[in-house]
Amino acid sequence: MVDLKVKLGSLELQNPVMTASGTYGYGEEYEDFVDINRLGGIVVKGTTLHPRQGNDYPRMAETPMGMLNAVGLQNVGVDRFISEIYPRIKKYRTNILVNVSGSTVEEYVETAAKINALDHIPGIELNISCPNVKEGGMAFGTSCPSTIAVTAAVREVYNKHMMVKLSPNVTNIAEIALGVESAGADSVSLINTLLGMAIDVEQRRPVLSTITGGLSGAAVKPVALRMVWQVAQAVKIPVVGMGGISNAEDAIAFMLAGASAVQIGTANFIDPKVTEKVIAGIEDYLVRHNMTSVAELKGALQA
Amino acid sequence: MKYLHDFTLVNSERQTDDFVVLTLQGGAEPLPELQPGQFAEVRVDAPGAYLRRPLSIHDVDYDKQQIKLLVQEVGTGTRALTALALGSTINMLYPLGKGYSLPDSKRVLLVGGGCGVAPLLFLGRYLKKNGITPRFLIGTRTAAGLVRLDAYRELGEVMVTTEDGSAGTKGYVIHHPVMKTETPDFDWIYTCGPEAMMRILAKYANKHGLSCQVSLENHMACGIGACLCCITPTKDGHKCTCTDGPVFDSKYLQW
Repeated sequence: MVDLKVKLGSLELQNPVMTASGTYGYGEEYEDFVDINRLGGIVVKGTTLHPRQGNDYPRMAETPMGMLNAVGLQNVGVDRFISEIYPRIKKYRTNILVNVSGSTVEEYVETAAKINALDHIPGIELNISCPNVKEGGMAFGTSCPSTIAVTAAVREVYNKHMMVKLSPNVTNIAEIALGVESAGADSVSLINTLLGMAIDVEQRRPVLSTITGGLSGAAVKPVALRMVWQVAQAVKIPVVGMGGISNAEDAIAFMLAGASAVQIGTANFIDPKVTEKVIAGIEDYLVRHNMTSVAELKGALQA
Repeated sequence: MKYLHDFTLVNSERQTDDFVVLTLQGGAEPLPELQPGQFAEVRVDAPGAYLRRPLSIHDVDYDKQQIKLLVQEVGTGTRALTALALGSTINMLYPLGKGYSLPDSKRVLLVGGGCGVAPLLFLGRYLKKNGITPRFLIGTRTAAGLVRLDAYRELGEVMVTTEDGSAGTKGYVIHHPVMKTETPDFDWIYTCGPEAMMRILAKYANKHGLSCQVSLENHMACGIGACLCCITPTKDGHKCTCTDGPVFDSKYLQW
């Protein structure tokens, strides 16, 4: 019998497998395929103070072993999340984290404060790294001073688990992670999507309405793994790894690189049951390697 | 309820240079009830095809537990599907989306362009079962692009337009005599095909006070309303083609 439990600060996960924001809706979309209660946690759709229509169509382009998206944080806004969606999903016996985004520090703060009042939401994931919105989003996460400012400001109003999602579109991600840690983050999650682009050469036009978009899927895994390894070496707070994880082997690699837990995103589109398979695969691996606890994997890279 | 089922490819019939009909055999569990206009996200295990491919249900045989897909070879993924050997396993996420609804009139016209004919066979069968005789208007570039006309003819009258005049009326579907009368002899239009064609039909329907249900083919990733990639602007803002559609009342869209 192996122990899959993971502690991320105040969060207790029954296993290290969470789902990534923007790929899992509010969990309900996957109810026909997965017992949501068996997941380590779900991070629900990026939520902002005001409703957002998001970007124009087309918002998606398939790429070799991956995809670009330019959704642009389409969401109903925090008030409708609280009045309509939260009552439906609070039944889940897993960690529900809300991904919080905004255009100004004040918007982040106000949104986080409203979510702080929800009993069944034990944490937020601060999204300072969305590449698809003009103002805010990634603009916060790519410079150290603005990252520290928004993290510190939300910390003042938010007293549960605060995970901060980092952008890979930076020169030195470990430096940003250290800044976020010093500003009071309880954990960091990485990576958000890599800024990319696709062109329809017949039409001589960009494929996405926004020209550039965020790259995700298996194609980004080596980059994500490297960044998780660098950040895990730099910070003391737990690291949650993501970026192209498609199977148990991928998830284990992220934990060996120093992640305490993982998030699965784009792979859910290809196999809606992938999360359950990854959980089972991690368990098999631990048995096969005579390990008793998933915690033994963290940073066990023999380099 | 949506399912993730493995099917076995039991027949693969090439129709034209780029259209193939795949017959998929279900497994132990009976098929769920499918609505015409609904689609499946088909897993493709091929290099260069990362995401599933959304394909509409072309035909269903509940007794044999078979589903037919009409696949147009447009890229790596669809070509990988049509190249599969008989006996191959094909994983499908289905049934997805909202399909066509029954009309409040018996006078219906089903208009398909290109690959858009795919869901109209299943729709025609469904209408017939409900006591409504379907009439089809099918538009293609040339006569060589016409697919399975006999199957459509078994259900009702089939009218054809081709851009080069090699079969039926020369021109687009809107140029067919059935669209030219002062008072149309149909009250409902069901359509699937290129968006430009469907927009013209929607305008025609508005002008004549007809109902018009269109099926969109927006690019999508998840197929279940999670990723929000396939949106279309509607009277109520952006809606997902995969869950709020793919079939919409044309008046609901911002066309």
